Amino acid sequence: MKASLYVYIFVMWLMIVVGGGILIAILGPLKIDGFGKYSELLDSTIKAAISILLVVLWIFIMSKIKNLIFHKQIKN
Amino acid sequence: MLEKTIVAIIVSAIAFVTVYAVTPPLIKTLEKRKLVVKDYNRVGGANVARPGGPSVIAGILASETVLYAFYSSPAVLAIILTTFLAFLVGLADDRKVLGGWFKPLALAASAAPIILLGFYAPHTVYEPQLSFPLFGYVKIPLLYFALIVFMIPITGNTINSIDVLNGVASGFMTIASFALTISLFIVHNYDIAIASLPLGFVSLAFYKYHKFPSKIFPGDSGALTLGAMYGTIAIVGHVEIIAAVALLPAVINSFLFLSSVKRIIEHRQLKANPVEHTEDFKLKATADKNAPVTLVRLIVANRPMTEKEVGFAIFKLALFSAALAIITAFMMDVRL
Repeated sequence: MKASLYVYIFVMWLMIVVGGGILIAILGPLKIDGFGKYSELLDSTIKAAISILLVVLWIFIMSKIKNLIFHKQIKN
Repeated sequence: MLEKTIVAIIVSAIAFVTVYAVTPPLIKTLEKRKLVVKDYNRVGGANVARPGGPSVIAGILASETVLYAFYSSPAVLAIILTTFLAFLVGLADDRKVLGGWFKPLALAASAAPIILLGFYAPHTVYEPQLSFPLFGYVKIPLLYFALIVFMIPITGNTINSIDVLNGVASGFMTIASFALTISLFIVHNYDIAIASLPLGFVSLAFYKYHKFPSKIFPGDSGALTLGAMYGTIAIVGHVEIIAAVALLPAVINSFLFLSSVKRIIEHRQLKANPVEHTEDFKLKATADKNAPVTLVRLIVANRPMTEKEVGFAIFKLALFSAALAIITAFMMDVRL
């Protein structure tokens, strides 16, 4: 059991690193112009929305991985 | 550099000695005023003094105030004020049990000094960006406010939720906070690294009295204080991701708990305990289907273990995460 906990922590760490890469790849180049003084606000709002969606997606994936790794223990 | 080393030694010594000296009289006072709770995991169910938060906050305030006297840094002031507000929230919860949602909301409000001092002294308290290993950073001005507001309740409650066995919260915090300090040195943020030292030494000194068999429990005031200070250091030190990595075993515990109960509730509201005792008073996983899945339940899933053994199993996981956090800190300077 304890070995699977180490595996789960390692997978979480990998997902944080990869998630950071995706976040920077998607959000980094994103720049919204042409809305005057509202451009910065719109830019931030869209970035925030994408980030929140990514976090929700990550939680969903982590939940699936949790069920996969701890399947036996959780069922018992 | 010599001056910084001397200051680091002074604040570390103040933090350690304050908690080491204040905790024994605090235990006596709490016992005299009958502020004790039953330790259900101990044979005979001994009464243990609670809360230890006052000695924890005494160590933090004494050391951080001295540090502020040296450098007058707004970041250190943010650490002092946010941690103290979180302590008050915890103390209120220790005195009178607060509702499930009240605590996260009150802790979110504790983050106000970070935001306000950020307006007063831009770029010295926080930067509205997240740094990731290998890939660089992303600026998120609007979202970063939300991150600050969420960070303190998350770190506070994460440490609080792992405070289930003798010595675990303080021992875990000692490992995680020293990993954070090392990481701050690696990313060359020396001032905040020094400001983070008291957290490790306060946790270490408190562990002396909290380890199995506990003489005192931190209570919500102790656990929330430690967690809130950790979260604040992550923000003012610009090491949010590294801090999250060092905290992973506790994060997993909260994640497992929330995904099995599917709502925010206190441990005391649970209808079934995740672990039970064997005849020789070891901890074993319960067969109750209504009990939540927790880190401790998974650790004892294969065989019953003593409370001390479970504690050390959690510390080994914490050391593994600490190593990953330090590796992450080294990866911050590497670009793909």
